[in-house]
This record gives sequence, structure tokens and C-alpha cells, in this order.
Amino acid sequence: MEQTVSYTLDSTLETVDHAEEKAARIATELGFEEDEVMQISMAVREGAVNAVLHGNAYAPDKKVILAFERTSEDLVITIRDQGKGIDLKGIPNPLATENLLKTSGRGIFLMRSFMDAVEIRPSQTGTEVKLIKHVRGASAGGKEGSQ
Amino acid sequence: MSMKLSTRQVDGVTIVDCSGRITLGEGSVLMRDTVRDLLAKGHKKIILNLGDVNYIDSSGIGELVSAFTTTKNQGGELKLLNLTKKVHDLLQITKLYTVFDVKDDEAAAVKAFK
Repeated sequence: MEQTVSYTLDSTLETVDHAEEKAARIATELGFEEDEVMQISMAVREGAVNAVLHGNAYAPDKKVILAFERTSEDLVITIRDQGKGIDLKGIPNPLATENLLKTSGRGIFLMRSFMDAVEIRPSQTGTEVKLIKHVRGASAGGKEGSQ
Repeated sequence: MSMKLSTRQVDGVTIVDCSGRITLGEGSVLMRDTVRDLLAKGHKKIILNLGDVNYIDSSGIGELVSAFTTTKNQGGELKLLNLTKKVHDLLQITKLYTVFDVKDDEAAAVKAFK
């Protein structure tokens, strides 16, 4: 993988699958282990779902920007939509007893569970989500060799 | 791989054998329609056999919760059978493992219905 690759994607369900597939492929190429690849691809899937459904609301004129960047220490994945932004304070804790049986609201929680850091920057012109996974053991063959 | 479901009856219990991915879109809708159809036909003892489910996302988790609560609200009972490690881990981190009645032996799961 080059240092940064970026994709502009439609606001469709297919985009969610494509984003997940790209994440799995890139994470594999970078030498992440199978469990980590699953975690990264699932976090990207959840981010893409939020961008397509809640951000862009399937609007055909709005795009999802998906970018993968390999820094010296991290894989940084950015997912940006063109929606109206989200109210982070309005997102309930899915682990609270009263929310356990809710049928939605676990996406951001899963992203935070699977990644080392998650940064969410909402604005009126869209939401940007950064998913960060540390590349552990910089001297380990696969991850270093794939830079 | 998209999701596939098939149902069979064992001693008055409906076992839904699921395979593939339970994710936003087709997989979730198929799961929802199948459970609702079973309940509408009066089949209220349901086991979701997830032994061949290799992937589930937050929408799929939501569908499992929905299936569980819908069945319960209609006086039925729904159990999960044969969780793969991935699904097991997901239910653990979302604290749903203790909410669902999870079994790893089909005969025991069938017998466990009241």
C-alpha cells in the first residue's frame, strides 16, 4: 500500500461492503493479524454504515470519502460524510441496562472497542471519523516489510 | 457470502439454521422476516443456530435483539445455539451474552424449553 489511498464512494449499501473489503485487504497487506484485520474491517464497516445511513441518508448527491494512511506508527482510516453532523452527546451508552435491548446504537461503541483510538469530528457540513490502529512491533517482519 | 436460513422442527421446537453473514441489508431483513413469519404461524419456541454464521455487524446484533424481544413479547422463547467465537466475543463486549439464553448443545437446547 502507498502511504495514503483515498476513495470517493456513493451513499449506498454497496459502499458499506466495499469499505469493509478495502479495509480487510489493506490491513492484511500491512501485516495485521487475522483478529486485528477483522476488528479493523468491522470498525470501518460501522463507520461506513453511519456515513451512508445517518450522515448522508442515502442521498445520491452526497459522497463518502474513505482514506487509508500508513504513518510510522499507525494505520489511520478516515471516513467522512457530507451530512448535517451528529450530536455526540445524544448517543446513549449501549451498555447501560436500560439500553441493552435496543436494536441500534452500537456502531460507535464497536468502533471504539476494536480500534486503539477513535476521533469523531461532527460539523454542519459532515462528520469525520478517524479510526486509528497502532502497528505493533515495528520490527516485526510483516508490518515493517509492507510499508 | 450472503446469509442463508433454513428451518426444521424438533420436538415442537423450531430450529433456524443460519449461515453466512448477518449484516445491514439482506441478512438482517431475512432474519427479521423469518422470525416474524414463524411467530405469525404460532411457532413460539425458536432456536437460532448460529454455528455457521461467520460475521455479524451492529445491525445484525440489533436483529438478534429484535428477534429475542419480539418472540418474548408474543409469549414465546428464543435461544441461541452454537455461537462462533466471533459472535460469542461480540455478545460479550456488548453485554448481551447474559441477556440471551445461549446453548452449545442442540438436544439440551430443545429440552430446555418450558
